[in-house]
Amino acid sequence: MINMSRLLIIGVLAFSIPSAWADDAASAAAPAATEAAAAPAADAATPPAPTEPQLIGTDKISGGDTAWMLTSTALVLMMTIPGLALFYGGMVRKKNVLATLMQSFAVTCVVTLLWWLIGYSWAFTPGSSAYLGGMSRFLMNGMTVMKDANKVTVSHLALTIPETVYAMFQLTFAIITPALIAGSFADRMKFSSMLVFMSVWSLVVYCPIAHWVWEPSGWLAVKGVLDYAGGTVVHINAGIAGLMSCLVLGKRVGYNKEAMPPHNLTLTLIGASLLWVGWFGFNAGSAVAADGRAGMAMAATQIATALAALGWMFAEWVVKGKPSVLGIASGAVAGLVAITPASGFVGPTSAVIIGVVAGVVCFFAATSLKTAMGYDDSLDAFGVHCIGGIIGALLTGVFASKEISGADGSVITQLWGVGTTLIYGGVVSFIILKVIDMTMGLRVTEEEEREGLDISLHGEHVE
Amino acid sequence: MKLITAIIKPFKLDDVRKAIGDVGVQGVTVTEVRGFGRQRGHTEIYRGAEYSVEFVPKTKIEIAVADTLAEQVIEAIVKSAQSGKVGDGKIFVVDLAQAIRIRTGERDASAL
Repeated sequence: MINMSRLLIIGVLAFSIPSAWADDAASAAAPAATEAAAAPAADAATPPAPTEPQLIGTDKISGGDTAWMLTSTALVLMMTIPGLALFYGGMVRKKNVLATLMQSFAVTCVVTLLWWLIGYSWAFTPGSSAYLGGMSRFLMNGMTVMKDANKVTVSHLALTIPETVYAMFQLTFAIITPALIAGSFADRMKFSSMLVFMSVWSLVVYCPIAHWVWEPSGWLAVKGVLDYAGGTVVHINAGIAGLMSCLVLGKRVGYNKEAMPPHNLTLTLIGASLLWVGWFGFNAGSAVAADGRAGMAMAATQIATALAALGWMFAEWVVKGKPSVLGIASGAVAGLVAITPASGFVGPTSAVIIGVVAGVVCFFAATSLKTAMGYDDSLDAFGVHCIGGIIGALLTGVFASKEISGADGSVITQLWGVGTTLIYGGVVSFIILKVIDMTMGLRVTEEEEREGLDISLHGEHVE
Repeated sequence: MKLITAIIKPFKLDDVRKAIGDVGVQGVTVTEVRGFGRQRGHTEIYRGAEYSVEFVPKTKIEIAVADTLAEQVIEAIVKSAQSGKVGDGKIFVVDLAQAIRIRTGERDASAL
């Protein structure tokens, strides 16, 4: 434990020091430059678009946009707690339900701390390179509102809402991404190791990739990779980390020998439903405005999700003989994942196609592919989120409409986003997991696993 | 005295309860149980993983009665629990050595 925390601190410092220095210099120069530029620019027709968070008058804030983004933030937090917690909690065996709920809840708390510490700054401020954000919002320093002066800071990515709202909205994405990974290693990871893994992963995998794709100076954003709400940053990223974690951890004790049916699919269906509702905040909220594009994103989300649920259901009905509750719920989640990068870029008909493809392909990924490859991706974080995310990212390149989004899609460009995330996310996740495994151990003992994580890790159980 | 143990389909419990009540049974113990017989189990599929469920849920009822009533109770159970399909269950009858009412200490016939 001590070794790990030392490692963590060294890692954080190694990442932060160079950009911290660069940032000090930049921020010292910035105010002067901004003021100098502001005076002549006042008459100019189009002032240059801001490239970093800045202080503006509160009269520039849109009440409508802010109201919708406050709501979206709450909706996306609801996706993780309780949505994802219940979705996963219902799928595990009864002896592990509390441990599974606990993972989502604890990740929510830990990532919040890290986001305040440095995560937001690394992800959403411009850095000294295209690969990581700066230190200007270290400890959320400088993010403020001044009541008497009628001033408020805004992010350069969302000019009509307070920066606080944007930072919290993005925090809820940073929370759900690592929480999704837990589906792959359910039932067998030590809680302490999980906390360390999620903390390190959040800082060295999530923050950089979010920066590359979403911060305008990030290198994938510059390349033109389209990811409206996180198909690449959130889902491919979490899915590949999930695959790595189930490969490093190994299979559950008794996998393929003992029955491991879900203990309560009612919880799972409630969880899937909360995810669906919350996803309107995720996708339509990613417009960062209460506008027409948000409306189109909502429509695409609803349509793709319904079609993917039907796609999975009918595929299962044909192949396995019965349409199952777990199947339709899984299909809905696959559709939500696949439409995530595309919503905001595509129209309703494209959403139908994306939904059907996601539902059917993810059905085979979570059933045939998993069986054929032999890994124990317990709750199919890889099969649903990584595969669904890839489908969505590539089809965004096919179907992106210039009329709706003003952007042209390209499958080749999208492949850059997909490939980079798979390689960087996969390799770094693997390294983090291996280091934790060698230092503090990743997995509970066989005896603890048989007894169930609820009792062995948390000293509690459900009747 | 006889102890009659019947394993029945869970949804037949209310019918059986009414039928044995009609022939004069004063008390019964009901337990949820699992088991297999000729009905065998069924298959459940979760995301492609197939599990065969070998033990089927059943309801066990236990009734202690005087010898004179035993045959009527058996008939009542058979009639009320029968659907004619495999899996309707079984009835076992054993001789009962003693019965005691805890509240009063009464024994045998008067304890039933």
